[in-house]
Amino acid sequence: MSAGISLTYLRYELLRTFRNRRFFILSLVFPLVLYLLIAGSTRNEHNLGGTGISAPVYFMVGMASWGTMTAMLSCGARIAAERAVGWNRQLRITPLSPRAYFRAKVLTGYAMAILSLAVLYVAGAALGASLTAGEWLKMTFLILVGLVPFAALGIALGHVLTPDSIGPALGGGVALLAFLGGTWFPITSGFFFHLGQYLPSWWLVQASHVALGGHSWPAKAWIVMAVWTALLSLLAARAYTRDTGRV
Amino acid sequence: MSTPARASGAGEISLRGLTKTFKGPEGPIEAVRGIDVEIPVGETLALLGPNGAGKSTTIDMLLGLLRPDAGTVSVFGRAPADAVAAGAVGAMLQTGSLIRDLSVRELVAMMAALYPEPLAIEEVLELTGTAEFAGQRTQKLSGGQTQRVRAAVALVSNPELLVLDEPTVALDVEGRQAFWHTMREFAARGKTIMFATHYLEEADAYADRAVLMAHGRVVADGPTNELKAMVGSRTLRATLPGVELPALAALPGVSAADRRGEAILLTCADSDAAIRALLAAYPQARDIEINAAGLEQAFLALTGEPDGAAA
Repeated sequence: MSAGISLTYLRYELLRTFRNRRFFILSLVFPLVLYLLIAGSTRNEHNLGGTGISAPVYFMVGMASWGTMTAMLSCGARIAAERAVGWNRQLRITPLSPRAYFRAKVLTGYAMAILSLAVLYVAGAALGASLTAGEWLKMTFLILVGLVPFAALGIALGHVLTPDSIGPALGGGVALLAFLGGTWFPITSGFFFHLGQYLPSWWLVQASHVALGGHSWPAKAWIVMAVWTALLSLLAARAYTRDTGRV
Repeated sequence: MSTPARASGAGEISLRGLTKTFKGPEGPIEAVRGIDVEIPVGETLALLGPNGAGKSTTIDMLLGLLRPDAGTVSVFGRAPADAVAAGAVGAMLQTGSLIRDLSVRELVAMMAALYPEPLAIEEVLELTGTAEFAGQRTQKLSGGQTQRVRAAVALVSNPELLVLDEPTVALDVEGRQAFWHTMREFAARGKTIMFATHYLEEADAYADRAVLMAHGRVVADGPTNELKAMVGSRTLRATLPGVELPALAALPGVSAADRRGEAILLTCADSDAAIRALLAAYPQARDIEINAAGLEQAFLALTGEPDGAAA
């Protein structure tokens, strides 16, 4: 029991996240509505911007990357809210270890991300995104891997920002990362194309190429993801340690 | 219900030579300047002092939330972090509220899941008077209800040591009484309780012993009745018009004299001597009352707070 994390604890953590209305709107409803608006009007485009990918699939993955990013990072908003009411201090006088605390947060973030994915997959399929089972699985796997650095980023921001500032910070941050990653329209050349290659959100969106039997994540993608994960984890650990005092 | 493994061993809590200095905008702030306190198992101890005395800093070090600059903390023979990890410590911190989107019962169950040997949820709800609103969401509670739920969160682990940092600040008189009723019941199970307060009457009424802190130091430590005896005073009140105050102040056993209209107010180091001398010299004195001084006077005398003169 001490090594793992209590399932009861995790269950309530999930329950309270599901009950949060803001999460539903930002991570589920928003991406879905935008997807239906954008992909609905371009559903017959089979080679979007020369990418060789159909519009329903491209935007499905784009919106999925946006929704899952939001879901992962909203974990930071919950941490900031908990800190504001002193709950982090309350938890530190329980046997819950920092490791188990983070694990619960990350698992909750992933549960939300998977829910967000599922909603968009259903919408995508309805608009004619048709993939083989293997492609769905491979794409999902890469998206889930691509979310790891965002989990660390959420935890770091949650320990640095206040509940008042984290909303705009996450909103703006996600929008910027989503834009540079090519979430809303493909970026195929120029400065942003080269910049994008170094961002985790870029490779999150690139999961769509892989799904279509195109090039798999190149070594570069894995290196970019690994470096971001390492850096942001370090930042998260530092932010957590620095945050031991009274707020 | 408590296991011998958790309760036995080097059975007390000790703070030895604790110091803590914070960086402030105008140089270092010495919050705690070397304090020594021992708390035997089963005792209820009040940590008394004005704001800024170092109470919360001391409590943070006791709980392992802050690392002391010097000195050691031992909780039942263990480091604070180990005692916390074993689930032997429960606390209500000074500031803080509850996380939202759970019912009271769910929140208590969530916290119970973190501990090796928690109390039954229903027992905790009953003990803390939260059962009647256990189905409510935490964000919809009143201040008093929130405070009771925080008490439930502190008690759910069935801790051997319960630490309460100014727990009744947000409560009305009725809420305070209910709160202390709960704590007395819990103390009766052989638990050790340390609470910080600046309500002197609380220390007087609910603690076996009080430690007075001022400016980061312990200025007095003893049973609450002994503390009162230390400053010794009782007040003698009588209706006695037309007598000069210096004459009264000169009576044996009287340390100060004051007048409220027709009534005189004598602060007495020895009230027995004072009453005999008073009646011998002024047999017309009537409506006589002798009261033990509240801890308030003891507190003011010991900490030497300048605004104490007003009392």
